[in-house]
Amino acid sequence: MNGKVTSISGATVCVDLPDLKIGDRVFVGSNRLTGEVVRLDSHIATIQVFEENRGLGIGETVTTASGPLTVSLGPGLLGGVFDGLQRPLPLLQKNSGDFIASGQNPFPLDCNRGWEFSSERQPGDALRSGEAFGRVREGHIDHLLLASQDGTLERMHSGVLQLEQPAAILAGNQRLFGWHSWPVRLARPYRSKLPPTTPLVTGQRCLDFLFPMLKGGVAIVPGGFGTGKTVLEQTIAKFADVDVVVYVGCGERGNEMAGLLDEFGELKEPRSDRPLMERTIIVANTSNMPVAARESSIFTGVTMAEYYRDMGLDVLFLADSLSRWAEALREISAALEEMPGEDGYPTYLGSRLSGFIERAGAVKTLAGGQGSLSMILAVSPPGADFAEPVTQACLRVAGALYLLDTQLAHRRHFPAINWTQSYSLYSDTAMAHFTEQHGEWARLQARCSDILQREDALREVAEVVGMEGLQDADRLLMRTAEKIRLDFLCQNSFTEDAYAAPQTTIEHITALVAEHDRLAAALDGGALLDDLLKEAADAPC
Amino acid sequence: MRLAEHQYRSITAIRGPLLFLERVFAARLGELVKIAAPDGRMLTGEVLKISGDQVLVQVFGGTQGLDTRQTTVSFNDAVMRAPLGAGMLGRVFDGSFRPRDDLPMFIPEFRMPVSGAPINPVARAHPIEFIETGFSTIDGLNTLVKGQKLPIFSCAGLPAREMTDQLLRQARLPDSGPFVLVLVAIGLTHFEYQFYRQTLEHMQSRFVAFINLADDPVVERLLAPRLALTVAEDLAFRQEMDVLVIITDMTNYCDALREISTAREELPGRRGYPGHMYSDLASLYERAGRIHGRKGSVTLLPTVTMPEDDITHPIPDLTGYITEGQIVLSRNLHQKGIYPPVDVLPSLSRLMQNGIGKGQTRKDHRDLANQLYRTYAKGCDLRRLEAVVGRDGMLADDRRLLDFANRFEADFVHQGRERRSIEATLDTAQALLAAFREVTR
Repeated sequence: MNGKVTSISGATVCVDLPDLKIGDRVFVGSNRLTGEVVRLDSHIATIQVFEENRGLGIGETVTTASGPLTVSLGPGLLGGVFDGLQRPLPLLQKNSGDFIASGQNPFPLDCNRGWEFSSERQPGDALRSGEAFGRVREGHIDHLLLASQDGTLERMHSGVLQLEQPAAILAGNQRLFGWHSWPVRLARPYRSKLPPTTPLVTGQRCLDFLFPMLKGGVAIVPGGFGTGKTVLEQTIAKFADVDVVVYVGCGERGNEMAGLLDEFGELKEPRSDRPLMERTIIVANTSNMPVAARESSIFTGVTMAEYYRDMGLDVLFLADSLSRWAEALREISAALEEMPGEDGYPTYLGSRLSGFIERAGAVKTLAGGQGSLSMILAVSPPGADFAEPVTQACLRVAGALYLLDTQLAHRRHFPAINWTQSYSLYSDTAMAHFTEQHGEWARLQARCSDILQREDALREVAEVVGMEGLQDADRLLMRTAEKIRLDFLCQNSFTEDAYAAPQTTIEHITALVAEHDRLAAALDGGALLDDLLKEAADAPC
Repeated sequence: MRLAEHQYRSITAIRGPLLFLERVFAARLGELVKIAAPDGRMLTGEVLKISGDQVLVQVFGGTQGLDTRQTTVSFNDAVMRAPLGAGMLGRVFDGSFRPRDDLPMFIPEFRMPVSGAPINPVARAHPIEFIETGFSTIDGLNTLVKGQKLPIFSCAGLPAREMTDQLLRQARLPDSGPFVLVLVAIGLTHFEYQFYRQTLEHMQSRFVAFINLADDPVVERLLAPRLALTVAEDLAFRQEMDVLVIITDMTNYCDALREISTAREELPGRRGYPGHMYSDLASLYERAGRIHGRKGSVTLLPTVTMPEDDITHPIPDLTGYITEGQIVLSRNLHQKGIYPPVDVLPSLSRLMQNGIGKGQTRKDHRDLANQLYRTYAKGCDLRRLEAVVGRDGMLADDRRLLDFANRFEADFVHQGRERRSIEATLDTAQALLAAFREVTR
């Protein structure tokens, strides 16, 4: 069906097109720009356009696509680089050059590629939507092909499968392909949610040891500019012990995305020794790309993440940054002249955000397996003021807070995770797990937190009386705390130290605490700290 | 599609820089319009919003003398494009691309839309090549690389202008390839303009300047950086030159954005700046970069004057979130007579890691920078302690660290008007660290 553009205000366009539904996808103007219906008033529909629409004229044609904004899900997503509408960026470059042109809609998956197909089910089986009927090998994972509808299997494909060939035929000549599409704003179904129980090892000592994360959990990482959000997110993307990583660069820097692509193209995943890109999907909607596509980018990303979760895999979703998403939401809301809430954000910011974050979790899948979708989300609070609406809205639903501290960053303490204000609600569960595997974890964690807290108190004293005025025992504690901070909590993402396995982490902290205890015992025996330290410095390492 | 130019005399309202027209046939978003004032003056404008046959036009230039009866507005179906060509080198233009240097307009070879198109993230090449600015605090500790955007956060009264001027004269590529400077001055006072004119005279033809003076139309403040970046992209990606774009001062740009936004009756955000300021600034800053397979690069050095010296003010805050680091100037250092007064602790270059070391600057660069930074940070921390307990109440090592902080500021940060090569910068660093060997390990 066709309609005509009746008004244009920035990326918000009105058309006289009846019978549209909220969320429907449309193509606007002679350039066929992708848009989404966001409001309906009798016969006028308001469209949010996802592409640069400069030059769009009144009276140009608007056509409907069938259904809402969707992503295509199938083998070949891994290793892909997409924009916020799941358009494959390498293909866009091939088609339209180094600068992004509007009105391009190439299919996100490679139809020419052949996949060795093996069937999971027999003809005659009753197949339910969401169940696996076949599998292909995609890089290091078994990619399950999931049914997009119910039916009785009649015929199965055998041998090499291409995406436009039917992989199975259901009774009534319904065809199942190796791919299907799914609306981005609709969470993919699962059988039931499970409580997260397994630790997600990030390889960051500070996180794994003090504020552990669980598979299926949600952590937020707020921090002012220059506090290392992006480096932390990217480091976790490299080393986290999950099967698939979805990284969404939402409204961030283009050069950073270029760096990420370069690096991920070269690096190998430490456990499997396979190229890192083989387990990674990147959604890159940089800050100068259209705002509405930025808003949809996290949904595009999370839908792909859910798809891999539904195969029974552990998926980690990283977004950098959620604040840019919220700002996109605010810009769209302002263009629609909605009543603003706090700081101009729409009042539905909180509910929209929790709806999104609740797509994380450990689940029993429709295919019968267990999968998890974890989220680590960066937040960029204006002026590093954590009282702002986006941070606060996230805190209500996230299970862990990794707060990045401007002061620490200025001292080049990276990752700049503030150890007094950060927390993890998953700590107890993860701790039980770690203690079982590596011993003593919980005891050492308590010791370590205690030392760091006492250092804070002592430092206030030292600022008044000077280090000279402190007792030897207190000076020892300050020294140990400094070692914990500089040697243990600091971790350079650009060296070999970037990843620390749990076993080395525990050995590292055990050694630091043991040295402290040894020196403390010597002090109790009447030794002087300066002598002990001199001895330690002279001893060959 | 209209095929001929359409003229209208149907202005219903004029508010600040905005015109409201009615009964316009098939207008386009971003369409360029020509406005003929009753006194014969010609202005240009751009379509911002269309509702049916009603059109909102933003005028580039003052709206004084326009009326609703006789003023004619003509629509010609084209979006705003910048004229480009070899003739633009060595020229000074105003915020609407009119010559400001009393020479005739050059003959454009072709035209490109001023808003530009985003670089495809997969086409971007990661910035890795060192640019020598001649300032130790930048080259040594916050290294600038080709394709980076690195703002200077200044405060009112600090010598940002002198630094900009030195950057214009001094910035060099190690391989001394062609390097073109694009100067964008937004809301510049006549006094400052005199100052920059002298600099530009030294530059011969290796520059293009866009000067919007403080009493020029406000709308042109929004246009000037876009024109300049369109020029820069053309020089970099078509003519394969390395381009350094210096914008001074982004604070005036943002204030202009706020002014126009208020005239459009948009919802104000923090401190009255529009909610879309992040995206708007990104549409400028993100035009910096390099592209795989093309030789040129666009490097961006904007100056931001922090209102009330406040780094959390929306302008420096949003800038810092988009750019790859920041160079922060300090009033405190300036009062000590240190030039350039760069406070290295809050300063940062995110892309430095790639641009230094063997093959770029020197093998020991990274170690030297880390040691300097760490030791100076310790020294600064101790200054607070010194203020409470006095120097005598401190450990001997701590007193040495205090001395280090002072010497670092005097020898390394302070360099006066002298240009230091990267070798000289690193040698200074090495000598300083050697003199304090016992506390710098």
